[in-house]
Amino acid sequence: MKILVPVKRVVDYNVKVRVKADGSGVDIANVKMSMNPFDEIGVEEAVRLKEAAVATEVVAVSCGLAASQETLRAAMAMGADRGILVETDAELQPLAVAKLLKAVCDKEQPQLVICGKQAIDDDANQTGQMLAALAGWPQATFASKVSIADGKASVMREIDGGVETLSVTLPAVVTTDLRLNEPRYATLPNIMKAKKKPLETVKPADLGVDVAPRLATLKVSEPAQRKAGEMVADVAQLVDKLKNVAKVI
Amino acid sequence: MAILVIAEHDNQSLKAATLNTVGAAAQLGGEVHVLVAGAGCGAVGEAATKIAGVAKVLVCDAPHYEAQGAENVAELVKGLAGGYSHILAAATPAGKNMAPRVAALLDVAQISEIVAVEAPDTFVRPIYAGNALATVKSADAVKVITVRTTAFEAAGEGGAAAVESVPAAADLGLSALVSRELVKSERPELGAAKVIVAGGRGLGSAENFHGLLEPLADKLGAAIGASRAAVDAGYCPNDYQVGQTGKVVAPQLYIAVGVSGAIQHLAGMKDSKVIVAINKDPEAPIFQVADYGLVGDLFQVVPELTAAI
Ligand SMILES: Cc1cc2nc3c(=O)[nH]c(=O)nc-3n(C[C@H](O)[C@H](O)[C@H](O)COP(=O)(O)OP(=O)(O)OC[C@H]3O[C@@H](n4cnc5c(N)ncnc54)[C@H](O)[C@@H]3O)c2cc1C
Ligand SMILES: Nc1ncnc2c1ncn2[C@@H]1O[C@H](COP(=O)(O)O)[C@@H](O)[C@H]1O
Repeated sequence: MKILVPVKRVVDYNVKVRVKADGSGVDIANVKMSMNPFDEIGVEEAVRLKEAAVATEVVAVSCGLAASQETLRAAMAMGADRGILVETDAELQPLAVAKLLKAVCDKEQPQLVICGKQAIDDDANQTGQMLAALAGWPQATFASKVSIADGKASVMREIDGGVETLSVTLPAVVTTDLRLNEPRYATLPNIMKAKKKPLETVKPADLGVDVAPRLATLKVSEPAQRKAGEMVADVAQLVDKLKNVAKVI
Repeated sequence: MAILVIAEHDNQSLKAATLNTVGAAAQLGGEVHVLVAGAGCGAVGEAATKIAGVAKVLVCDAPHYEAQGAENVAELVKGLAGGYSHILAAATPAGKNMAPRVAALLDVAQISEIVAVEAPDTFVRPIYAGNALATVKSADAVKVITVRTTAFEAAGEGGAAAVESVPAAADLGLSALVSRELVKSERPELGAAKVIVAGGRGLGSAENFHGLLEPLADKLGAAIGASRAAVDAGYCPNDYQVGQTGKVVAPQLYIAVGVSGAIQHLAGMKDSKVIVAINKDPEAPIFQVADYGLVGDLFQVVPELTAAI
């Protein structure tokens, strides 16, 4: 079984981004970039399935700037076998990414695609579901446990109020939640080995996909800042403030 | 053209998130219809007719909608979409699971988790864990949207909508529900609670988490929330998680206990009206958003606070 793992290059989760003064976007020049944390979890899950001899090959795919090669190398250092870069300078929105991934799936014929549940830059939480729709496959989003048997995936997923387990036919799309696993750190020898793994580059036009954005961003602004609060000395003062000033208890 | 709101429900009762979604729909201009897809969900349809501002309730009652799997429901919505300018769902796990699938079937973008309506085609949504707000304009014929419930008033009661039953779409047979385990709680829902007491890794164990926070929450009639670290450490169930990738809440009062205030956590609670932080580290970032900060050992402060209220 082949597993495809889409990985996105995003601003590192420890960085607090700043909005540009002209309102045109956020300033990501000279900011640390990393693999989207949910995608690290996706790579980890796929590599574990390969280690368990459930999967035979793990292919990482990234769509975006040439620099996304780094993200693919990081995935290969964790254990992905090869990488595919769909290279473009164009702004990519989730529907466009889903179409690119669908085209890659048509070529690669994976049995399972493991996306992150959400990219932490656009916070869209869409791409996996959209890919599943375009491919006509089932989806199991927000997964906290995945097992594969008899041509089906059994997926425990996080829902409002608890968890549920779905049984979906393969091929399918799974999206990862934080609890699914704890991604490994790539070791130095594996980072070296990853440099020699195959990395293929294609363009959206090669895949016949129109990536034109459907949403125009008119402006990006800073959210309202909270007013500075005050420190209280003890519980008595806290209770007094809550009762008599804020009047919330 | 009309606006379609996809109801969130468990085949028995309508979830409060639906009311906020109708509240957002009311700002778009157009007749509001509500779709209730489920099995044996007549009572939900009935309840939806009473929402103020709803003109029509579409009920699709068939066994293959019992679990409300995204595949089958999206297929149904695709078939209904022709008559609508907007299709809305709440930005809850259920809505987020389904709405992108609907959008892709219609070949349109999906606009995630809007917090304001600027015009029928222009919306505001947070990006980068709420560190920026993007105003986006859609060029698509149908706008598929998820709504951040805390950003919109819930629609009231007093409606008298007509019910129309709509035929089911095909059962795609792609997915089957094996089991569902819901945590039963007497407490208010996190999304709707006026007061939330939230615990972090500072609590140190599940026993402390429950032993210290529950008496306080009981006194305040509060819901209990948690940081991701507390969930990961197994102090509480995953659906207590507040944050960028958990629930977004905006209660009157949010008391953060032993929570450091990582941006991912702040993303889920910084719109609370009054924030209290209790932390032994005076440098903890949570104090930067707190209205009232108390530096101290939570093991001492929390029981004292519980006794004082
Ligand atoms: C992709 C991604 C998504 C994430 N999404 C979320 C999310 O949605 N929600 C979320 O919460 N996190 C999320 N996180 C995790 C987040 O980055 C932080 O790791 C997490 O919020 C930290 O939880 P915490 O504050 O409980 O733990 P810590 O950061 O460990 O803080 C514990 C705090 O307790 C205090 N403390 C300890 N002992 C005591 C005591 N005796 N008395 C008083 N205070 C004490 C300490 O001073 C410290 O400030 C996400 C992370 C990633 C990478
Ligand atoms: N440009 C991209 N390249 C590769 N994968 C992506 C890209 N954008 C999104 N994805 C995948 O889709 C998931 C959800 O992204 P989003 O829908 O943007 O929140 C991510 O976690 C990735 O797995």
